[in-house]
Amino acid sequence: MKPAPFDYYQPGSLDEALELLSRFEGAKVLAGGQSLMAMMNMRFVQPEQVIDVNRINLDYIRLEDGYVAIGAGTRQRDIQLSPTVRQHVPLMIEALHHVGHVQTRNRGTIGGSLCHLDPAAELPSVCMTLDAEVVAESKASGRRVMPMTEFAADYMTPAIGIDELVTEIRVPFWPDAHGFAFEEFARRHGDFAIASASVAVTIEDDAVERIAITIGGLASVPIRITEAENFLVGKARGDLKIEHAATLCGNLDAVSDYHATSEYRQHLATVLASRALHRAVSRAVREVSK
Amino acid sequence: MSEHDIAVVVNGKSCSVHVEGRTTLADMLRKQLGLTGTHIGCEHGVCGACTVRVDGRSARSCLMLAAQTDGFRIETIEGLAAKDGTLNTLQTAMIEAHGIQCGFCTPGILMTLMEMLETVDDPDEETVRDWLSGNICRCTGYQGIVDAALAAARTIAGTRG
Repeated sequence: MKPAPFDYYQPGSLDEALELLSRFEGAKVLAGGQSLMAMMNMRFVQPEQVIDVNRINLDYIRLEDGYVAIGAGTRQRDIQLSPTVRQHVPLMIEALHHVGHVQTRNRGTIGGSLCHLDPAAELPSVCMTLDAEVVAESKASGRRVMPMTEFAADYMTPAIGIDELVTEIRVPFWPDAHGFAFEEFARRHGDFAIASASVAVTIEDDAVERIAITIGGLASVPIRITEAENFLVGKARGDLKIEHAATLCGNLDAVSDYHATSEYRQHLATVLASRALHRAVSRAVREVSK
Repeated sequence: MSEHDIAVVVNGKSCSVHVEGRTTLADMLRKQLGLTGTHIGCEHGVCGACTVRVDGRSARSCLMLAAQTDGFRIETIEGLAAKDGTLNTLQTAMIEAHGIQCGFCTPGILMTLMEMLETVDDPDEETVRDWLSGNICRCTGYQGIVDAALAAARTIAGTRG
């Protein structure tokens, strides 16, 4: 099918884009278009205006004090190829391999992935694990910075106003010697996951010093499993009881649809969490012993 | 509904095109420029048949608006062979390795593999299959296509010395 008619705008500056967003109520922002264009082709979405933000310079990766700043318009492929991200946010690189295909990563942006906020999408899960912050701007209220937990309000619903544009993602980096792992199960490579687990961990004095665990695909948004994190923090490596922590990860209310039942999603979350925890911990141990 | 005048370079040739805001790049290429080698399959970004290259990078032409490509360089399947019709290395390899059956997916697959051949040195089978994961073929079972891609990569590496 073809998109329903709309007015197309191509602002050349951030101010111009924010001005347009403040003017219209039925507008959609077009970034990489890898979800929105498909939804418009199928007429699931019929915006009155489409505001294309590809000509605004939101395409950058900068090393800041303690975090990597990624412009919302940065292509997934450019993030994948970035030495800065590879060094400081390796979990994101591992997860990006599961995001679509090279042709979709060539267009798809990190800001677009976050705003689309599919509950099984990889980048929102990674941003949740790493306590990323999202920068949003509007003409009326200027710039604000919110944590990912606040941004991911509900099923495919980011906490931004209709006049706001996401402009930057700030991803705090972990110590060089941290361990990480991203695991997912999808029916075919490149599909949205049925369930996913992402983990970051640091080991000090042979015990877990800090850990973050996120499960994607079960609830309406990716969820940090604080119960499992609290259970593991401080535990000696030889006495981790990873299988118990993994069980806590599957102990979530899960959606049931034609892809998978809720019981199956819970089972997958447990299995994937176990794999991710084992891999992340051994990676952390290897890094520490270097 | 907005309308736009855009200027694009398609297969090395400058073109001025008048498009509706909602016209996809795929429809502009096929209906307005007559380049029907770019095939439209699913029209929602899943099958990969409509893959073209936009400023060198492979992209789904059903998931881009024509108006977005103003000022860009676009390459389609029609631009691969030489002007006298001589097929390029990859096209020749596809024929020799029987990588083509019905031909519907072929243009998209070639545009994807051209980017791979230009950006990846010495790709192995796993790399080729990873690149091909975004293009669906219902005839060949992919083996002939993978063989063709590997053969083309070897030929190109050979000519580089």
